[in-house]
Amino acid sequence: MSTLDPAAAAPARPWSIAGSPLTWAALALLLVYPFVASPFFIYQVGGYALVLGIIALSLMFLAGYGGMVSLSQMSAAGLAGYMVAILGSNSVGTGFDWPWWVVVPMAVLVGALFSTGTGLLAVRTAGIYTIMITLAIGMALFLLTQQNYAIFNGHSGFAGIAAPVVLGVDWHQPVPFYYLALFVAAACYAAVLYVARAPFGLALQAIRDNPRRMHALGFHVLAHRVAAYAFAGVIAGLGGVLLVWFNGRISPGTIGVDRMIDILVIAIVGGIRHPAGAFLGAIFFVILETFAIDIVGAERFNTMIGMLFLVVVVFSPDGLLGLWGKARRSLQRQELPNN
Amino acid sequence: MKLSPLSTVLVALLVAMLVWLFVASWPDWLTGVLGAKKLFVTTIFNGVTLAGLYFLVASGFTLVFGLMRNVNLAHGSLYLLGAYVGYTVAELTGYWLIGLAAGFLVLSAVGAVMQILVFRRMEGDELRQTLVTIGLSIVAADLMLATWGGKTYQFSIPDWLNGAITTPIILAHRSNGDAVPLTYPFYRLVVLAAAIAIGIGLWLLLNRTRIGVMIRAGVDDRMMLSATGVNVHMVFAAVFAIGAGLAGFAGVVGGSALSIAPGEDVRYLLASLVVVIVGGMGSIPGAAIGALLIGLAEQIGLAYFPTYGVVLTFVIMVAVLAFRPQGIMGRPA
Repeated sequence: MSTLDPAAAAPARPWSIAGSPLTWAALALLLVYPFVASPFFIYQVGGYALVLGIIALSLMFLAGYGGMVSLSQMSAAGLAGYMVAILGSNSVGTGFDWPWWVVVPMAVLVGALFSTGTGLLAVRTAGIYTIMITLAIGMALFLLTQQNYAIFNGHSGFAGIAAPVVLGVDWHQPVPFYYLALFVAAACYAAVLYVARAPFGLALQAIRDNPRRMHALGFHVLAHRVAAYAFAGVIAGLGGVLLVWFNGRISPGTIGVDRMIDILVIAIVGGIRHPAGAFLGAIFFVILETFAIDIVGAERFNTMIGMLFLVVVVFSPDGLLGLWGKARRSLQRQELPNN
Repeated sequence: MKLSPLSTVLVALLVAMLVWLFVASWPDWLTGVLGAKKLFVTTIFNGVTLAGLYFLVASGFTLVFGLMRNVNLAHGSLYLLGAYVGYTVAELTGYWLIGLAAGFLVLSAVGAVMQILVFRRMEGDELRQTLVTIGLSIVAADLMLATWGGKTYQFSIPDWLNGAITTPIILAHRSNGDAVPLTYPFYRLVVLAAAIAIGIGLWLLLNRTRIGVMIRAGVDDRMMLSATGVNVHMVFAAVFAIGAGLAGFAGVVGGSALSIAPGEDVRYLLASLVVVIVGGMGSIPGAAIGALLIGLAEQIGLAYFPTYGVVLTFVIMVAVLAFRPQGIMGRPA
């Protein structure tokens, strides 16, 4: 029996690590990381993994707590990124040149609205339809950005988008960007954990496990689900803003089907039961992507990542976190006789 | 389906209007609104023939879903693989029809193997099955890229299918009074005919044969079917083989009408998804209606609002989801 099945009643967070020494150790490690790593590792590996982790976190929230596997979270992030390019400044010269403190909230808002709209459509049907509908919506946005030159500048998209210089710090430099991404990631991580334990999150998890009973108890099932999409959209929007600052450019390729699937792969490989899985998966994914050249050659990266994904789905549905949980449980079992 | 007298009149009026649009010589004001008659008629023809192709792809997808609740997101990959296999075989043997048969047969085998080796292991676990199909499609797309490379292939269609035919539809009159008829590629009309034939064939298979009885019983209650002594696994493998074979068949047919290139898998997966979301999951008539709507919407969008064409398709999907979440012909889950 797979624990990926949203209908399968899972014990509430069997390996909760929030507030545990492990969380603080991980945070300390992430804070110290820039002092020991080279700029390449800080930016291309550390920063990128955090950004992808934030977007995967929004998928993890919907799938893990809501039981709704939405593939269009990458599209919500990408749309927010597009908004940064369109409302801010870009090298195509079509930007509105608004200041960053207007652009960023607007971009996040648009991402959240897109996600909410997706949710409004997707929650009308249940279960397996969600993947189909969100995949179709994401593909439609991809095709629209590719065909439309008036707003999205078509195939070439936008380039020359830089993170702003605020408080005398150029946030595009590796170390500041890393800390910015780390701050946003930590905030999103904490927010997800908080919401998961708040009444809303508990109701959402109950709806995941038994929507009919929750409906009978008087909860508005659809409203909870749509609200979950809205919350996930805010996270995805933040991730999208960081992503476009990271890349400095955005084009339809950024929100293509491959990228939508990548986010799913990250969330599933990391483990969909806990927010930490999204970041674990992202670190794993980015390291693999960076060093795939040495393992299988850059050409066949997708075969490798696809195979890995298949192995995880077939053998360890809870991903890397699941493996860790299994290992910890078996260790505890071994220790028991000594007590 | 019974229509009320009012809607019967409305439908009759609509059909009469369409017939008039095709038959009549257009007055100037209509040309002002819709552009030249040639554009309109060609768009409708393109839309309907594209719908035929979409139906071929989506019928396999919806058939598999109907029985197994398995959303096969590798369906686009099956389409593309069928096209590549058909192309390779046709090049080797020199016969297009052998390529077509190979596309169907090889993909049927692939589908049966997928069902037996992969999906049987996780029966009833729909989400995991779907994730597996995503994984398979990633690997398949990459391996196909490795095998056939990134270039675009073009089938050479046999001569008897090639060329254009002259239709009886009159587009305009020359100044000397000669009528200008519409000429249309013969092959695209053959695609449409094939789609209709396969649609009727599927309907007969489902409604008039013993295996069809088993499949329909399986759609309604899998456990009960198994309890009556039917080997459900065989039925599943057969349905998966037919579904995948149809994707391969559509790959060769569609690859001949258009072209074969990496990325086509995603395009036809999207088409299948939207067609079955609109038409209703698991319903063959639904797939036909959905294909017709989406094919027409895509071509009309392409002809009349080029950069927003995809929005039209999307609006149809949204409208259907808003008013009838299970799709036009779908049954409530």
